[in-house]
Amino acid sequence: MVAGAWWKRWLCLYLPMGAVVILTLFPFYYMAVTAVRPDREMYIPWNRPNFAPFWTMHPTLEHFALLFEETLFARWLANTLLISLGSTLISLFCGLLAAYALARLRFPGGGAMGTGIFVTYLVPQTLLFIPLGDVIRTFHLGDTPWALILTYPTFLIPFCTWLMMGYFRTIPKELEECAQIDGASRVQAMVRIVFPVAMPGILSAGIFAFTLSWNEFLYALVFLSSASQKTIPIGVVSELVRGDTFFWGPLMAGALLGSIPVAFIYSFFVEQYVSAMTGAVKG
Amino acid sequence: MGGFAASIRRLRTARPSERREWLFALALLTPACLMLAVFVAYPFGRGIWLSFSDTLIGREGAFVGTSNFVKLWHDSIFQRTTQNTFIYTAIATLLKLALGMAVALMLNMLVGFKRVLRASMLLPWIIPTVLSTLAWKWMFDPTFSIVNWILYSLGFINVRVDWLGGPVAAMGSVILVNAWRGMPFFAITLLAGLQTINPDIHEAAAIDGASAWQRFWRVTWPLLMPVTMVVMLFSVIQTFADFQLVYILTGGGPANSTHLFATYAYQIGIQTGKLGEGAATSLAMFPFLFLVVAFQLWYVRRGEGR
Repeated sequence: MVAGAWWKRWLCLYLPMGAVVILTLFPFYYMAVTAVRPDREMYIPWNRPNFAPFWTMHPTLEHFALLFEETLFARWLANTLLISLGSTLISLFCGLLAAYALARLRFPGGGAMGTGIFVTYLVPQTLLFIPLGDVIRTFHLGDTPWALILTYPTFLIPFCTWLMMGYFRTIPKELEECAQIDGASRVQAMVRIVFPVAMPGILSAGIFAFTLSWNEFLYALVFLSSASQKTIPIGVVSELVRGDTFFWGPLMAGALLGSIPVAFIYSFFVEQYVSAMTGAVKG
Repeated sequence: MGGFAASIRRLRTARPSERREWLFALALLTPACLMLAVFVAYPFGRGIWLSFSDTLIGREGAFVGTSNFVKLWHDSIFQRTTQNTFIYTAIATLLKLALGMAVALMLNMLVGFKRVLRASMLLPWIIPTVLSTLAWKWMFDPTFSIVNWILYSLGFINVRVDWLGGPVAAMGSVILVNAWRGMPFFAITLLAGLQTINPDIHEAAAIDGASAWQRFWRVTWPLLMPVTMVVMLFSVIQTFADFQLVYILTGGGPANSTHLFATYAYQIGIQTGKLGEGAATSLAMFPFLFLVVAFQLWYVRRGEGR
């Protein structure tokens, strides 16, 4: 607690906190203003007196219209959604089963396998993208959604497994033991008793995994080539930048529309995000 | 390997009920292990082979020994890249730690608005990095820069600053955006750590006459150390292996002066099509990453032993 005079609280707490919030959110605000700013207003050098960067008197939807009429933005949106959902479901399925085995069952090599999952979780995408691209070509998956639906789980499965292992450990073992005494099989106890209780954890892992795949950039950049197959981050970057020319209006409109779905989900599940984030770094 | 031999022995002497449990575990682990074997372990092996070959896109190469690595060792851009990556990782991580710690401490002191502030604070971390980085690129635009306008209006500068134009300015800008994006992760995780510290300890220290500064360094910092350490190591790995920020903001330029390992590997391996050399470039990250991961495992284990 900052004790003492009111001005001390303002100086040490409210003012710096306010500055941090403004700096944190300003790029998004600026993204939104640019997205509705007409072109004739956009390209005024910053040192001219009529440069009014913080707002616009003539908001327009022309950039959004261009996005939907002259690029495949709607298609990119659908691709991103399909790929994120597909890879999240695969990862949740694999991660949930693996986490249950690692957290609940005693078997030789279990500890080593847990460590292995943790190490895989730490491997950054940039270490393997070149050979992985080569593998994708070998399997003839290049430039299809499957290239991403099958490769995103490489970082999502370790994440989900790690998170769910931590969650399963917080569920008392007696729960399943009671179910088994009442005549349920091991599988039934897992599916009917433990998984429903673990639902909040599954939800956390799921929405976080969905966000991670929605935001992924490198694999999509390397594995996809035709405009109709692209995801939003790649489509926006590659189709609205021609050489050194950046179409800032549509770019920011695309960035805004590409961010809104994630921000929307996030606004409903802030607590789940926070618990996924803090849970994922716990040893 | 002793563990492996012991596992085999246990397999032979197991009771049927134990075996059933093992089979069940095996079945549960199969989907995850299969995916990771095909899309992580196999590419890793393939990557090692590629880095010792002269493979191009669409043409399988021959074994060329260590010549890719020797070439990189003498490549002045690669030397610059190595230097950049370490500077980038060190400065950005320390900046994120300092800012994140400050924000976490402030959030912890606040009474109202805590949830709203925490939620808005996380946005840079949730929104697709490429898209927010595009907004930064537009803010840094040499002709239409709002950053210049703000600094000019406030009287800090009187000439145009080309934020991404010179090697030092560009590196600084990239580090700044990295700190902006990564700070929330530090702040929120450290805040979670702070909330587990018993306020009684602080009160006792205050009664004993410790100043706020002393209380932070003697009480909060040591108690928070395990959390700080893990967050730092996560962040070091992510920052060291970063790609998107540099790719969008500078593309490694001007004149290849802001490349990181990943962007340089992309330039060689994908844009130029030299898969062998590109794979070698990204594998150059491996020794450092290995050390960080090994340290992290040791650190987590050490905690478990107590």
